[in-house]
Amino acid sequence: MSRPVSYNLIKKPLEADISMAPMPSGHQGEGFFATSLNSVIGLARKNSIWPLPFATSCCGIEFMATMGSHYDLARFGSERVGFSPRQCDLLMVMGTIAKKMGPVVKQVYLQMAEPRWVIAVGACASSGGIFDTYSVLQGIDQVVPVDVYVPGCPPRPEAIIDGVLRIQDLVGKESLRRRNSETYKALLESYGIQ
Amino acid sequence: MSLTNEIIQQRLTEKFGDLVGGFTTSYGMLQFEAPKEINLKVLNFCYDDPQLGFLFLTDLTGVHYPDQKGRELAVVYHLHNLKENIRLRFKVFTAIEQPDVYTATGLFSSANWMERETYDFFGIHFVGHPNLKRILNVDEMDYFPMRKEFPLEDQTRIDKDDEMFGRG
Repeated sequence: MSRPVSYNLIKKPLEADISMAPMPSGHQGEGFFATSLNSVIGLARKNSIWPLPFATSCCGIEFMATMGSHYDLARFGSERVGFSPRQCDLLMVMGTIAKKMGPVVKQVYLQMAEPRWVIAVGACASSGGIFDTYSVLQGIDQVVPVDVYVPGCPPRPEAIIDGVLRIQDLVGKESLRRRNSETYKALLESYGIQ
Repeated sequence: MSLTNEIIQQRLTEKFGDLVGGFTTSYGMLQFEAPKEINLKVLNFCYDDPQLGFLFLTDLTGVHYPDQKGRELAVVYHLHNLKENIRLRFKVFTAIEQPDVYTATGLFSSANWMERETYDFFGIHFVGHPNLKRILNVDEMDYFPMRKEFPLEDQTRIDKDDEMFGRG
């Protein structure tokens, strides 16, 4: 026997046919718009992030739900999940990383082209989580620099989306000179990356 | 003819006399121990003897008993007679200062990886093993994590909050 459908009864009108990213601040007049190169490139980058999923356990399952139609990460411009580090901007490490896996994470990070960002999803990737033991890496920030940590064991898809939005925030506001700065070089140096 | 634990025990004592001992049965499985010097002789006898016929090494592992002075480390062999479907547990003990035990790789090829694992976790040195190096842990590891003197928790962490791990 079929159940009576008791949802989607109220039709919600679309707010807009196409959702557009807000315009950066600048000067505009008839036929021209002037703004800084930083904000234009930031705008383009943040709305077309290509994630590289590095999923090793249950957080990866949550990520699959996030990519699926229900939560739909594609709404935020991350439609294209790449499985080649050469093409991707955002390394998403989801799940327990054993000490033996550490060099693999680092190699994947090295294979990505600048500018690149890293998000550690879940307790294990962030801190080792409950696996306080000899075989598990106590947080991937021991091998690669991390931009955003998503807490949870595992985090809900909403939390992963929140993490991606925070990455977008970082990407949009990043100075074009940051990757050439001395502090950034020192950061990579501290991880043994030239 | 069906093989029983009593026949196995009788055959072993006939062959090795007082050298084998500590016969116990738990959950229907016979267990005994022997000096580590004759571990290969015992295994070979269990393998070759037409009556015993333990042709299959199910498992090989180690145990650490920190309180037993002079016999801290045990190597446990689990043997299986596939024809009679009878299993056997055989232990040898060694001092932790010189954990040398002869390798069983000559008799059972499957002992190769299992002895590497036992070396990896307990530091038991299998004399004559063709490739005795770590198999599961990182190569840089400088201790044997399953020995009791090493706490399970990762000691390299500095940001640990003991209260969060119930050790407050």
